[in-house]
Amino acid sequence: MLVAIVIIILVVASLVFHFASPWWFTPLASNWSSIDDTINITFWVTGIVFVLVNCFLAYAVFRYRFNKNKRADYEPENKKLETWLTLITTIGVAAMLAPGLFVWGQFVNVPEDADVFEAVGQQWHWSYRLPGQDGVLGQTAVELISEKNPFGINPEDANGLDDILIFSNEMHVPIDQPVKVLMRSKDVLHNFAVPQFRVKMDLVPGLVSYLWFTPTKLGRYEILCEELCGMAHYTMRGHIVVETRENYNLWLAKQTTFAQTLQPPEYDLVKGKALFAACSACHGSEGEGNEAMNAPQLASQPAWYMKRQLKYYQQGVRGSHKNDQYGQQMAAMSATLADDKAIDDVLAYIATLEGQAEKAGTGGDLAKGKVLYRNCSYCHGNNGEGKFALNAPKLTSLQPWYLKRQLTNYQQSIRGAHPKDLYGSQMILMSRLLQNEQALDDVVAYIRSLAPGGALTSKLPGKGHALQPVKVSAGE
Amino acid sequence: MTSYTAIADQVDDSPHPGSFFTKYIWSQDHKVIAIQYSITAIGVGLVALVLSGLMRLQLGFPDTFSFIDPAAYLQFVTMHGMIMVIYLLTALLLGGFGNYLIPLMVGARDMVFPFLNMLSYWTYLLAVLVLLASFFVTGGPTGAGWTLYPPQTILPGTPGNDGGIILMLASLAIFIIAFTMGGLNYVTTILQARAKGMTLMRMPLTIWGIFIATILGLLAFPALLVSAIMMVLDKVIGTSFFMPALLSLGESLDYTGGSPVLFQHLFWFFGHPEVYIVALPAFGMVSDVLATHARKNIFGYRMMVWAIVAIGGLSFIVWAHHMYVSGMNPYFGFFFATTTLIIAVPTALKVYNWVLTLWRGNIHMTVPMMFAIGFIFTFTHGGLTGLFLGNVVVDLPLSDTYFVVAHFHMVMGVSPIMVLFAAIYHWYPKITGRFLHTGLGKAHFWFTFLGTYAIYLPMHYLGFLGVPRRYFAMGPTEFIPDSAQVLNANITISAIIVGVVQLIFIYNVIWSLFKGKKAGDNPWDATTLEWQTQTTPPGHGNWGKNLPVVYRWAYDYSVPGVKADFIPQNMPDSEVEKLAAEPDLPRGDNVVPLKEKPAGEDKS
Repeated sequence: MLVAIVIIILVVASLVFHFASPWWFTPLASNWSSIDDTINITFWVTGIVFVLVNCFLAYAVFRYRFNKNKRADYEPENKKLETWLTLITTIGVAAMLAPGLFVWGQFVNVPEDADVFEAVGQQWHWSYRLPGQDGVLGQTAVELISEKNPFGINPEDANGLDDILIFSNEMHVPIDQPVKVLMRSKDVLHNFAVPQFRVKMDLVPGLVSYLWFTPTKLGRYEILCEELCGMAHYTMRGHIVVETRENYNLWLAKQTTFAQTLQPPEYDLVKGKALFAACSACHGSEGEGNEAMNAPQLASQPAWYMKRQLKYYQQGVRGSHKNDQYGQQMAAMSATLADDKAIDDVLAYIATLEGQAEKAGTGGDLAKGKVLYRNCSYCHGNNGEGKFALNAPKLTSLQPWYLKRQLTNYQQSIRGAHPKDLYGSQMILMSRLLQNEQALDDVVAYIRSLAPGGALTSKLPGKGHALQPVKVSAGE
Repeated sequence: MTSYTAIADQVDDSPHPGSFFTKYIWSQDHKVIAIQYSITAIGVGLVALVLSGLMRLQLGFPDTFSFIDPAAYLQFVTMHGMIMVIYLLTALLLGGFGNYLIPLMVGARDMVFPFLNMLSYWTYLLAVLVLLASFFVTGGPTGAGWTLYPPQTILPGTPGNDGGIILMLASLAIFIIAFTMGGLNYVTTILQARAKGMTLMRMPLTIWGIFIATILGLLAFPALLVSAIMMVLDKVIGTSFFMPALLSLGESLDYTGGSPVLFQHLFWFFGHPEVYIVALPAFGMVSDVLATHARKNIFGYRMMVWAIVAIGGLSFIVWAHHMYVSGMNPYFGFFFATTTLIIAVPTALKVYNWVLTLWRGNIHMTVPMMFAIGFIFTFTHGGLTGLFLGNVVVDLPLSDTYFVVAHFHMVMGVSPIMVLFAAIYHWYPKITGRFLHTGLGKAHFWFTFLGTYAIYLPMHYLGFLGVPRRYFAMGPTEFIPDSAQVLNANITISAIIVGVVQLIFIYNVIWSLFKGKKAGDNPWDATTLEWQTQTTPPGHGNWGKNLPVVYRWAYDYSVPGVKADFIPQNMPDSEVEKLAAEPDLPRGDNVVPLKEKPAGEDKS
């Protein structure tokens, strides 16, 4: 009796939950309304079966509950009934399968007028490539991937030279234009999924997979990796911006081709030195940084990272948050660099500097810090050396107080939350693994111990209490 | 009369138990081995249960537990999944119940290879120990997800990519050896050692389910074995079976030419039949529980048998429905979607037949019956959501989301476990001679049944929303409303409650062993042979001097013209005639109160 009532309650509750649920598909932003239709058909068929079977179950349990004055029926088989049930089930299944296969046929066959772009996945970033003027993507090979050629394009292949490279987690597409996405992975399995577009596909190293869609709604949509790709899988996000043809063309015009990236960079050390004069007021004449001025060490930080940050400062991506007072100062100062050329010049000069800041201790626990640092090490390297391939800056050149402040800023979304900050959202997620100040101190202390002269420095200026000297082998 | 063999006719000359040691430890008695299997499986299952609790804590309350970092989270997920699927469900259903029930239900004295049977358990135990050892190696157990997809499984960036993964693969290989020894035994015993008169079409559905599941296992596990070996070679000596030319965290590696998709094909060639290796024994056992406690024959027995056989066969040609978005040739989608939806037909028929078995029955709402009815509900739910994922184009938005997690937990987590509980409450009196406590059993049922639905119903909707599985945390994600976190917290609370409630069950099992109500030989008035033994628990050799002879199918409940509402399989017609009732009892809907109490129903 009770069991029957509960089953009816569960059926009703399931229906109520279903119709009242605010958790439902995100509004569709592509041509794949046919997928939604198939889902609806499936919902109706399965929903009816769910209700009927369980109501029948509840009724049977109630009606034929134990009665000592009754006996069960004896009916081993009922051919007619079984045949009918088989038929009805087959019809129901066919009603779902037929539209499903029809729509799959559409998904498999890409329209001939579709544009093409390539999505490249790696742990734990996205980048993209467009075929350029000739409409043909150049050949690629994993062996060719390097810091100068992150896409691994064959420089001998003429088709590749005009390929347009998007060094960013964010891709743009024009509205109402079918687009075929070719997919390639540099390392492990990934998955290109945009919930609003409904379609998704794995990226597999060693082969090229594809999907296609026509974006139908302007907006900026999140790309999620949905195939487990290691520790930081959950931070592997990108964006896709659907915009008007005009805006798309403006965006496209600003992108660089493979041929352009092959040009050796031009810079002028003399001009760079002159420009650096403004920087040196805070960052020191040798780029060694200055805690009193809240200035991090610049020397020995790779140029690609500082270039990205300088542009972020200039564009208000970094240093625009109201609680980021030191960032605001830097944003103002970054305006003194008039253009990309000026940035290249000053960075070229900084690359010649060898200043080293005192890496004052923060009193953390090295053993605990080492455990925590494991999460950092995948991108920033086992020795905090930073990795271009993972867009991760060098940590050991940075002073502990600076590291701690930036980690705190990330945790509080003071840094990294700007939609144009490509890798900031990743650091926001990762920084939250350090759940209290002690954890921050521990991991910063460990990074400091990795720095040249870090833990082995006997001189401990300023505040902070002395650490026990700890031997850290360089190769660790 | 079909083939019964000399083996079944043998006088009981198997080595009789001697000391405690040979009786309970190095025992070759299938019943002792079954209990060893069961206790080990439930023990390691509890570890997996705790892991799921830890993982739910992170999902329900992110940024709260500092000891759970992304690596640890992935390790919990991976070990939870692998333990539950292989080391708990497969081992408990086949190693536990298969071992206990096969000889008893087919009327044999033991498995045909008792020594091999014993070896199977000890090898299984070794596999469990190797698996658990991976918690204690540097880097911890593997965190590659239970599917162990290369390349990431063996590369830095994935937790446990050194010792952890090697121990995992070694443990799987050892498990497969153990399973093969057990499986060959089960198949041979069913084919060769059935009692006189036990034709195949008289076998209880439990045996049919276990029989076909074992055949599936024998055919499917080798695919996992070879992929485990190939992956170990890739990892240890640098072959490239599954490894194409690739980078790892920016560094170039020496691999070239391998295919990650090949692994997925091998894995799911094993992995999909594995679903039915778990499901078919459950289908069989629940059929017998339903028939016994509804006092009615299973409806459409022959169709049930053929459905089991058809599902078993079809399960080998649907595997790539796990790979619709894997990057394999998308044209495969047409084929695998079609086969997958075809398999829904025999499966649906089984559900109908269970419900129709209850129809016009006389349902005793015992604890096993409650779990069996709970199973029909959860399996219907889980089966229907499978139609979403099997239909290739509907899989596109739902693949790799929480919808998948909710679906497979309903269909191959909760449902088989409902049956396992039904089976334990049902057969415990035979195994121990005592009933489990009914009140505790009912409390256990309600919390487990309602609690698991409270976990998994909402989880489907996280999937519709697009929340990906295997994410340590969502963080700020534009399309996901804050309310999703409320849902997640509620799911976690339900999960913790369900987890803790299992202590009631454990307590009940231990308490009832000593204090439970005495049961007698056939407390449920069941027809099948295991209830017709002369002693309970059955002694070594099961049947005393004479093996049973089978005269009828397994479902002669409430046969017209017979006073008792069940006729045991080993009761000859001559004796049945003596039971003829005068007049027959009212049936179905025509209730006529009788003054005389019908026999056989006073024990319920």
